[in-house]
Amino acid sequence: MLLQVDNISLSFGGIKALQNVSFSVDEAELFSIIGPNGAGKTSMLNCISGRYTPDEGSIKFAGEELLGRKTSERPEIGIGRTFQNLALFDHMTVLDNIMVGRHHLLKNNFLTGMAYWFGAQKEELEHRRHVEDIIDFLEIQHIRNAQAGTLSYGLRKRVELARAIALGPKLVLLDEPMAGMNMEEKEDMARFVVDLNQELGMTVIMIEHDMGVVMDISDRVMVLDFGAKVCDGLPDEVMANDHVQKAYLGAEFDDDIEADTQKEVA
Amino acid sequence: MNWFLLTQLLANGLIVGMLYGVVAMCFVLIYKSTQVVNFAQGEFLVLGAWVCLAMVVKAGLPFYIAFPFTLVFMTIFGILIQTVILRPLIGEPIISIIMVTIALSIIMQSILNWTFGNSSASFPQIFPVENVSLFGLQVETAYIMSLVLSVFVMALFYAFFQYSKYGLAMRATAYDQQAAQSLGVSVGQVFAMSWAISAVVSGIAGIIIGIVSGVSSSLAVIGIKVFPAVIVGGLDSIVGAIVGGVIIGLLENLAEFVDGQYLQWGNLYTIAPFYVLIIILVIKPYGLFGTRDIERI
Repeated sequence: MLLQVDNISLSFGGIKALQNVSFSVDEAELFSIIGPNGAGKTSMLNCISGRYTPDEGSIKFAGEELLGRKTSERPEIGIGRTFQNLALFDHMTVLDNIMVGRHHLLKNNFLTGMAYWFGAQKEELEHRRHVEDIIDFLEIQHIRNAQAGTLSYGLRKRVELARAIALGPKLVLLDEPMAGMNMEEKEDMARFVVDLNQELGMTVIMIEHDMGVVMDISDRVMVLDFGAKVCDGLPDEVMANDHVQKAYLGAEFDDDIEADTQKEVA
Repeated sequence: MNWFLLTQLLANGLIVGMLYGVVAMCFVLIYKSTQVVNFAQGEFLVLGAWVCLAMVVKAGLPFYIAFPFTLVFMTIFGILIQTVILRPLIGEPIISIIMVTIALSIIMQSILNWTFGNSSASFPQIFPVENVSLFGLQVETAYIMSLVLSVFVMALFYAFFQYSKYGLAMRATAYDQQAAQSLGVSVGQVFAMSWAISAVVSGIAGIIIGIVSGVSSSLAVIGIKVFPAVIVGGLDSIVGAIVGGVIIGLLENLAEFVDGQYLQWGNLYTIAPFYVLIIILVIKPYGLFGTRDIERI
């Protein structure tokens, strides 16, 4: 068991973003979180990545409690992430963006950094090589020196993924890696996520709205709705779940959904 | 027209302008990475100059030892200011933080006057030759040192931000703190570092000006001159800060020339930069190199 989430609750003022959510993710698993907008998917991810501190519960990563550790310690612990609304450093080159991902692994400090030419160079070369491997892996060689902000949306998403991989994490959290992409870009991205999981052996937790992709590539799926866990299991099991049909997929249950929404509004 | 005077003044302007550029760079560094407008930048110069002078005159250390010691002192000072005074203010409204830096400036002024006295003092002669002749111009050796050091500091800044791990982390943090954090950059460390660098480099500038024209609390004026420089260049551009500094330096001396030769109004030297400040704010509020806030409707 790589990640063990127990009874996480999180509220903002009166709004309960998450209520007693528990789940676990095994090593090398591709785990997806689905649910309607506002279901608490990103909040869950933010709890794991350290941006939010849950009110209750515990999150254990490889047996070690994560809560109470700083956000900036996550890469060292072995967790990387991407953001729902791209968070690239637009003014820097693709290469520099990815190099920031190596920050926690670079040993040269202020002084040796100054003495760049006297030894830090070897270390830098090693990291450059690693970064080049990632660039090859994600097929972004041609934009290596481009300014990140000038790229197309699909490519920027890919660079952000490259940056997260550069951390060398055991677990990557992907927040809607395919949102806003066209079919072709989606297929590419899905392939990268699968490769990253199977070839590089990284454990993946992914939030995604495209049900086709989710059901195709996920090992297991968890459904959240109104901050609570509905169910989790194999993609087929989840698809067969009544509540999922109703709350998330169900065209046939329109009336029920309306009733639900009204209840919620009230 | 007095060509000799003009070239002399322009050379002066360039050298002083480079120093303005260095101080402006420090100001922009803090603004860019921590979003704090540091009104105490001028006092950092005074502090650096006094500390170095005290080590040379009172403790009798040779200059080449006093200088690095001063830099160490300024590093610690910068980190302390950030961690003790500014860190607790993260998340407070900008106006409160500005008030705090203004207070810092006033408090530092008083403490410095109290400790080192009100009158001006000068460094003992550091260079064996006081003047050198360059292309027919008489230039003080200290001015040449100032020019060389300014360029050196700028090159160091560039190398630091381009090639070092922390430089990259600082650029990343300046753009998006959250993303930088998720990549393992400690934002607290970056903030402390930018204040430390700013304090050290301001200290260097203070020492240089101290050597050239004596040490006194009036050095803090540079901290105010930095505003027109920074506004001309754009508040968040390091290159802009250098260009702005040089422009203000040249402009001051040009104003001096025009004033002295033709207008005879007196004091145009001091106020010219601030006219520019106003004009720039009216016609090009983001400065020459600043980031424009684009609002999509």
